[in-house]
Amino acid sequence: MADLTWRATAAPRRSTRTWRVSTSAVVVGLVVLAVLVVPPLVNLDEQAVDLGAKLQPPSWAHPFGTDDVGRDLLLRCVYGLRVSLLVGVVAAVVATVIGTAVGAAAAAFGGWADRVVMRLVDLFSSVPHLLLGIFIVAMFRPGVWPVVISVGLTHWLSTARIVRAEVLSLRSRPYVDAAISGGASRWRVTVRHLVPGVLPQAGLAAVLMVPHAIWHESALSFLGLGLPTHQASLGTLVQSARGSLLAGDWWPTLFPGLFIIVPTLAIAGLAGAWRERLNPRRRSELML
Amino acid sequence: MKTTVVRGLPWGAMGRMTLRRALFAVPVIVAVTFGVFAIAEASPFDPVKAYAGTAGLTASQENLDQLRVNLGVDQPLVTRWWDWLTSALHGDLGDSGVMRQPVADVITERLGWSVLLAAVAFAAAVLLGTLLGVLAARRQGGWLDRAVSSLAYTLEAAPPFWLGLLAVWLFALKLGVLPAGGLTDTGSSTVSAGQVLSHLALPAAVLAVSQLPWFLLYVRQGVAEALEEDPVRGARARGLAPRTVLTGHALRSGMLPVLTLIGSRVPELITGALLVETVFSWPGIAAATVEAATSVDFPLLAALTVLATVAVLLGNLLADLLYGLADPRVGFDG
Repeated sequence: MADLTWRATAAPRRSTRTWRVSTSAVVVGLVVLAVLVVPPLVNLDEQAVDLGAKLQPPSWAHPFGTDDVGRDLLLRCVYGLRVSLLVGVVAAVVATVIGTAVGAAAAAFGGWADRVVMRLVDLFSSVPHLLLGIFIVAMFRPGVWPVVISVGLTHWLSTARIVRAEVLSLRSRPYVDAAISGGASRWRVTVRHLVPGVLPQAGLAAVLMVPHAIWHESALSFLGLGLPTHQASLGTLVQSARGSLLAGDWWPTLFPGLFIIVPTLAIAGLAGAWRERLNPRRRSELML
Repeated sequence: MKTTVVRGLPWGAMGRMTLRRALFAVPVIVAVTFGVFAIAEASPFDPVKAYAGTAGLTASQENLDQLRVNLGVDQPLVTRWWDWLTSALHGDLGDSGVMRQPVADVITERLGWSVLLAAVAFAAAVLLGTLLGVLAARRQGGWLDRAVSSLAYTLEAAPPFWLGLLAVWLFALKLGVLPAGGLTDTGSSTVSAGQVLSHLALPAAVLAVSQLPWFLLYVRQGVAEALEEDPVRGARARGLAPRTVLTGHALRSGMLPVLTLIGSRVPELITGALLVETVFSWPGIAAATVEAATSVDFPLLAALTVLATVAVLLGNLLADLLYGLADPRVGFDG
C-alpha cells in the first residue's frame, strides 16, 4: 500500500509511459478541481434529504444513484473525497515532518543519538500500524484530529529511514567536507547543506504518503473509529452504506471505493514518473 | 533442494539467533506495554467512567472516588503499568469489559480462528501469487503481464473492507452460494467442519486477494530478473525446454528472496485481518480488537496490541532464519 509505483524491468515504450503519466495528471487535476471548485461553486446541499428519492440506482439525474435518505451519491463522494484528501494531505505532512526531522537528526548527529533513534524506529515498526492507529483513535475518541495524529504518528518510519540514508550519503560528499573545513557549525551544515539535499526524496515520500493516509483514514472511519458518521468521508460513506448493501443495493458501496482507488493509482503514476527523474538508475527497483 | 535443506540445517546457529532475538524482544515488549499505558494516560480516556458505564452518570462522587481507588487508577502511571506487567507475567491480563470475561480467555478462545483464517488466506495468496507472477514474468510487457500487473496495482489500492463488502453482495446476496458472515449458520449450536469451511471461504478469499498483489509483484520482479541471470541464460543456451528453464531455474532463483520476505508480512496480514474479520463477523482476535477499540476496553486492547507485537517479532525472526538458510552468505548473526 505504501507506494504503488509503476515499473518494468525493460523500460516500457515511451508512448505507454507518456500516456500513463498524462492520464495520471488529468485524473489528479480533475480530483483537485472537483474538490476545490465543486463545494463552493455548485450551490447544492450535500446533506439535503429527499426520502421520496431514496436508494435510486445510477441514472442521468444521479450518475452514482442516491443513498438511503435520497442524497445524491456523486455529490456525497466529492465531499467525501474533499474531507479524505484534506485529512490525507495533513497527515502526510505531519508524518513527513516527523520523519525528516528524526532521520536528519539521527544521521547528522550520529553516534549514540543515531543508535537510539534507529532502535526507536525498530520499536515502532514492531507494532502493526493500523493497530497502533486504532489504539490511538480509540483512546482519543472519533474526530478529525485523532485520525490525523494517529496516521501521522504511525507513518514517519519509512521517511525517517529514507532521509537518514540520504543524509549519510550526502555527508560524504566533497561540498559538505568543504563547508566543514570552512568552519561551518554542525547546525549550519545540517540546515544549509544536508536538509535541502534530502528535500526531493522527502517530498516524494510525502506525495506517496497521501494515498496511504487516505487508505488509513477510510479504514479507521469504516471501523467506526475515525470521522463521525455525519461527516462525509470516503470511509464513512462505505460504513453508512452497509445497511443498503445488505438489502441488495450495491451503488452506495461501490462508488466511494472507486473514489479511493482511482486517485491512488493516479498519484502513484505521477510519483513514479517523478522518482524516475530523481534517480533514473534506480528505475528497476520495485517499491511497495 | 529439499534433501540438502533437511540434511544440512545449521540448528546451532539458528538456535543461537532465536535466543538472541528472544532476549532482544523482552525490552521491546516492555517498551510497547509502557507506550500503551502512556498513550492512555495522555488521552481523555477515563477508566472509572469506562468501568461504571451508564451507572457512572447517576453515581455519587464518593462512589466514583471509591471506584477510582478500588481500580487503582489513583496510582501514578508507572505504578499502574508495573502492576499490570507483573500480573500479566503471572497469566492475569485483567478482565475485558466488552466481552465480560478474562482477557486471557478471550485470547485463547479466538486466537485459533484467526490463525486458521490467516493461514488459509496466506497459503492461497502465495500459491496464486506465484502462479500469476511467473505467468506475468514469462513475457514482460505482453498482454498477460500488463493485465496481471494492472490488476495487482488496482487491488493493492483497493481497501480490503470494500472488497469484502462487494464479495458479500455478489456471493452471498446475488448468487446466494456462500454465507455472508459468522462462523456457523444462525440457529446452529454446534460447530461442524463443513459449516466452518463454507463460512471461511469468503473471508479467506478476500484476505488472500488483499495480500496477493504484493506477493505477485515481487515474484514477477524476482523471476523476470532471474531470467536475465547467467545460469538461467546458460540453461537456455544448453537447449533446455522453456518450461524447464522457467520453473526449474528462473523460478527457483527468483523465489528465494521473496520467500524470505514472507515472515516480514505479518503486520500487513494483521492489518488485513482487522478489516476482513470485522466485515465478516469472524470470531477471531482481530475482530475482538476492533470491538475492544470501539467500546474503549483498555485491558483487552492493551493485551492484543502486545500480542500483535509478539506476532510481528516472531515473523521477523522467521524471515531472518529463512534468509540465512536461503543465502548462506548472510548467516545467522543478526
